[in-house]
Amino acid sequence: MATNPPPSAIQTVGLRKSFGDKVVLDGLDLAVARGTVFALLGPNGAGKTVTVQILSTLIRADGGQVRVAGHDVAADPGAVRRAIGVTGQRSALDDLLTGRENLILMADLHHLGRAAGRRRADLLLERFGLAEVAGRRAAAYSGGMRRRLDLAMTLIADPQIIFLDEPTTGLDPRSRRVMWDIVRDLVAGGVTIFLTTQYLDEADRLADRIGVLDGGRLVAEGTAEELKRLVPGGHVTLRFADAAALHAAAALFEPAPRDDEALTLQVPSDGGVRSLRVLLARLEDASIEVDELSVHLPDLDDVFLALTGRPRHEKVTTR
Amino acid sequence: MTALAHVLTDSGTMLRRNLRHAVRYPAMLTATIMTPVALLLLFVGVFGGALGAGLNEGRGGGDYIDYIAPGIILMAVTSGCMSTSVAVCVDMTDGIIARFRTMPVARASLLTGHVAAGVIMTSISTLAVVGAALLMGFRTSATAVEWLAAGGLLIALTFALSWVAVAMGLAAKTPEGASNTPMLIQFLPFLGSAIVPPDSMPGAMSAFAEHQPFTPLNETLRGLLTGGPIGDDAAISLAWCAAFAVTGYVWSRLLFRRDPSR
Repeated sequence: MATNPPPSAIQTVGLRKSFGDKVVLDGLDLAVARGTVFALLGPNGAGKTVTVQILSTLIRADGGQVRVAGHDVAADPGAVRRAIGVTGQRSALDDLLTGRENLILMADLHHLGRAAGRRRADLLLERFGLAEVAGRRAAAYSGGMRRRLDLAMTLIADPQIIFLDEPTTGLDPRSRRVMWDIVRDLVAGGVTIFLTTQYLDEADRLADRIGVLDGGRLVAEGTAEELKRLVPGGHVTLRFADAAALHAAAALFEPAPRDDEALTLQVPSDGGVRSLRVLLARLEDASIEVDELSVHLPDLDDVFLALTGRPRHEKVTTR
Repeated sequence: MTALAHVLTDSGTMLRRNLRHAVRYPAMLTATIMTPVALLLLFVGVFGGALGAGLNEGRGGGDYIDYIAPGIILMAVTSGCMSTSVAVCVDMTDGIIARFRTMPVARASLLTGHVAAGVIMTSISTLAVVGAALLMGFRTSATAVEWLAAGGLLIALTFALSWVAVAMGLAAKTPEGASNTPMLIQFLPFLGSAIVPPDSMPGAMSAFAEHQPFTPLNETLRGLLTGGPIGDDAAISLAWCAAFAVTGYVWSRLLFRRDPSR
């Protein structure tokens, strides 16, 4: 036990990692306070999984410093491993073992002792709603059950810091909600959570702070509110029947961006009923006919567009 | 807990897990027993007359099963090691090894657990094949001491080949691949003195059969079980076992460290 606990559960300075010519992490600086949830947000291929792999001692960094739970991952990986729990992107279960046997295997590998390990396994089965299927082989579990068992296995030895790599990717909405509730319970219990996700709403609901990873660095970091302020915001797209109407409307809503070919105009708006009513009234007063109207609210695509200059679904290529 | 105690405890945990796998997925054990037994039936029951007659010209005496049984028993060992290769590959591709690597688990136990389980399961399948051969009329002249020596030799070979199998499992990209590569070793005894004497083979083949590792192993086993000269084949056999074990171990370690994210 450290008598003088360091302020951060996770801290990286100038973290670098390349695979051959491909630079994946290019000087990543992170600081995650104890007892908080940090979400690392990024498109596919941004380096989220590589970051988790380095922080969880799976692979070594090429450069920079990494401290997890107060220990240097390169110098003392054993101490880090005793303090962390990792749930990877794919459920890493033993399909030939039952749910209970999977948990007992984890308990044995953590040297919890026979009786204590079994008690802990049964407790977790109960807590994650798996008690009824505890005696069935993991191969027979549904996607949501596999995720829950996977997380239960991660929690077997009460880790201080938990890494969740895209914990809800591929889950149905109900299972996602269950996972979110579990994460909230864990945080209430004082653990630090480092999660990666592609979904802004997930980061929004769970995380105290969010980091946006692009090109191997953090391009933005802050609370969900702070990040949303960086986004240009919502808008209303107005489509007109002819160029004359578009011209008239453009003059009215200067400097809203217009598209002469599509005959559309993008008017900034929060998308609320009140502001829509005001917008329509202004058009009415000016006697401008609108063919079509659509409301667009800020989402992950906008965050990415704003922060990286690229839509989210475009694969990030690093230099 | 000391480092050694840690390795032993974790190896024991991994061994129990791997043995449980073998019991839960009995197809693997069945296949490693049935392949040698089927070949024994084929060679003794179908080709046995002709092969035995050809063999006995100029040598005289003895049933063909007495000639072929040691080679088939050897093949039970080489077949058994194949399942180790598949088990290791399944672990690697499943992502569960990556999970173990982020836990405070003694690294060595992840592979030694497989080798230990491989030795136990292969010993069981080999015993079953020995039993089948005896039932089919294999007559042995071996004393208790010779049986013990034969058992020791087979266990040494199993241990050595299990390390090679672990390396092959680590090298394979898919479990299918992991079951194919070891077949080269599985059928290698046939290209030695298992079925027919090497000196009956054509030139280059005969030279290969004479000097490949399974021929001295086969001759040693044959000598122990049915009498006859062993000479320096015993020493050569043990040297081959040591060579297999060291190669397999070093190769496994290299592969296991190559891509730690698996």
